[in-house]
Amino acid sequence: MPKPGTAGSTFEGRHLLDDLILNSNQYKNLMEGTLVTLQVIAGSFALGTVMSLIMGVARLSSRSWIRGAALIYIEFARGVSAIILLFWMAYALPILFGLPSIPGMLAGILALGLNMGAYGAEIVRGAIQAVPKGQYEAAIALNLSNRDRLREVILPQAVPIILPPYGNLSIEVLKGTALVSLIGLSDLAFETQLLRSGRVRSVDPVNLPFLYLNVLIIYLILSQVIAYLFRVAERRSARKFVSV
Amino acid sequence: MQTTWDWDFSAEIFPRLMEGMLVTVAVTLIGIVIAVILGLFLALGRRSNQPWISYPTAWFIEFIRSTPLLIQLFFFYYALPQARDLPRWLTTWPAFITMFVALGVHYACYASEAYRAGIESVPKGQWEASTTLNLKIKTTWRSVILPQAIPRSLPPLGNYFVAMFKDAPIGSAITVQGVLFVARATQSASFRSVEPYTLAGLLFLAVSIPAAMFVRRLERRVAYESD
Amino acid sequence: MSQIEYSPPTPKGAASIEMRDVTKAFGELVVLNDLSLDVDAGEVVVIIGPSGSGKTTILRVVMTLERIDDGYIKIGDRQLYHEEKDGEPTWASEKHIRSVRSDISMVFQHFNLFPHMSARQNVMLAPIKVKGLNEDEAAEKAKILLDRVGLGDKLDHRPSELSGGQKQRVAIARSLAMEPRVMLFDEVTSALDPELVGEVLNVLRELAASGDMTMMMVTHEMGFAREMADRVLMFDRGRILEQGPPDQIFIDPEHERTKSFLKAVLSH
Repeated sequence: MPKPGTAGSTFEGRHLLDDLILNSNQYKNLMEGTLVTLQVIAGSFALGTVMSLIMGVARLSSRSWIRGAALIYIEFARGVSAIILLFWMAYALPILFGLPSIPGMLAGILALGLNMGAYGAEIVRGAIQAVPKGQYEAAIALNLSNRDRLREVILPQAVPIILPPYGNLSIEVLKGTALVSLIGLSDLAFETQLLRSGRVRSVDPVNLPFLYLNVLIIYLILSQVIAYLFRVAERRSARKFVSV
Repeated sequence: MQTTWDWDFSAEIFPRLMEGMLVTVAVTLIGIVIAVILGLFLALGRRSNQPWISYPTAWFIEFIRSTPLLIQLFFFYYALPQARDLPRWLTTWPAFITMFVALGVHYACYASEAYRAGIESVPKGQWEASTTLNLKIKTTWRSVILPQAIPRSLPPLGNYFVAMFKDAPIGSAITVQGVLFVARATQSASFRSVEPYTLAGLLFLAVSIPAAMFVRRLERRVAYESD
Repeated sequence: MSQIEYSPPTPKGAASIEMRDVTKAFGELVVLNDLSLDVDAGEVVVIIGPSGSGKTTILRVVMTLERIDDGYIKIGDRQLYHEEKDGEPTWASEKHIRSVRSDISMVFQHFNLFPHMSARQNVMLAPIKVKGLNEDEAAEKAKILLDRVGLGDKLDHRPSELSGGQKQRVAIARSLAMEPRVMLFDEVTSALDPELVGEVLNVLRELAASGDMTMMMVTHEMGFAREMADRVLMFDRGRILEQGPPDQIFIDPEHERTKSFLKAVLSH
């Protein structure tokens, strides 16, 4: 019986299909990892969206210190790259708070969420600026407060502009979740590595190229799901501009 | 466990972090070369009139862009050497090489989109004018289309190059001795984590922020000149 | 076309406008130069002049879309841009400006309707958010106003489904919903196809005829100006060149510039 971790030849005709489909045990591990990945993407998306909205609007504030603070956040959170931010959150941040460590999930969500927020803020800012100036002037002519103007007039018109690039950004963040495996969080990428190194006992040997192929396909499916969700959202937001 | 910032320690590890930085930059630059060249081929393949070229190319690009670089890197580093039937030189590379190959292939797919967008942004009238002047295809490309397409591709390409630099530290996962690897090694050896990672972050910012500002300037110049 | 009736005038009714030594510059370019102008409550003033003369800017500084650099503007008996602090007049806070601004409204050349809302919702939004009406009251009011501008059957249509003339009439209804005491009209028919101009002018005609609204209009519609204006202002290069009753300006203008302008405009 071949030892786990060594693959048969990649060109064994009969065994190709056997190797291509992993056994159910291996899928079970991968699905557990996928669950963690989904938690990370959900948390990062939530944090990222909150930061995008706040910082995107802040970039256009009439007060220069608010604009400046938002700009600093955006430049730093973008410039420092997700992976370095992740390691910093996981290993440096706890020390600054006097803790030995923080949960990997928290570090992952903080790093990916803040990173996403920086890119998202620019998308939000660009979309708000794309709303025609006449809409602002109409809101002033009707004496709407600044808050009402943003909420009722500007943002609803910015959303259709935000969605397409935001969908692409979300897929990039999904890809970024694989990085949390490097700080030991048991996501899909981590489980893959466990299977590879044979540290997880699986009955059948693992054919590595096909293992990674399977994993890539899982990520591909997740990407397509996200893309689909955004397409639905885009269609729904466009509907507001025509009568029911 | 540390409690305050240790300046002496910082001074001590800084040179090693700088060396790591050079490795990270080197990986990025070589990866850029690969992405630029391979991306052009992918773009042309995507535009091909032969469906048996254009479709698989499109699928490949979509597949690579939809999946994490980290997994692709692992594929190149761990899985490929397992293919016993293929020659060793094709499947088993040192970590440094594996990193810039993975980086280059991944971002070639993005670069190809930048090229495509640049080419397609050239007005249709330019193609038609070339036809009426009876120019050879090669001349059309060289003298009419590319001179207009390339400047328009530069800003998105620039953004992708900056993104490549931000992804390069992933190599630390396969022992490429870039700035992140050095930071991790320093943490393991000294049990101090704040200085290595903070300094690594600052060094990173010192390169990526000016690079991003340069690309933005480039964006403005291209927009200005194409009016 | 039904007569437009107004909801009983608010206790205050139409307001006067008083502009003194108003100066507005954009960088080096001085657009309004020590402008002084008085408009009586309920008066209809039409401003004409060549493009680039600054006439739109007059409306914009009253609507606070641009801020003045010098001088003052009073709406009724309240200063728009100034308030008193310790007995001294100072530049007003945003809160004060907003408070006085509630008496002013404006209709734009390009309508600026909210595209993601129906005609009715466009008219309802500000009364709900600013005047605190509840949704039913606002909906009722919107229906009345849209009926009166002839769009009672288009309540739930989106702007993208309306013609230019219809959009402009919705815009007028939207402004009226806020019960302004001063209304400003910035070339409101210039962006319309010729056959749609009439329906908008009819609405304006009724408004002007009632005498209940102070109106300042920038327009090229000389026929309308002759018919409905109480006073016509010829504006050129940041200054009032001349002003007077329509007959005076159109039939026997004083200045050469006015004469040549009218000749150019009226010749087609």
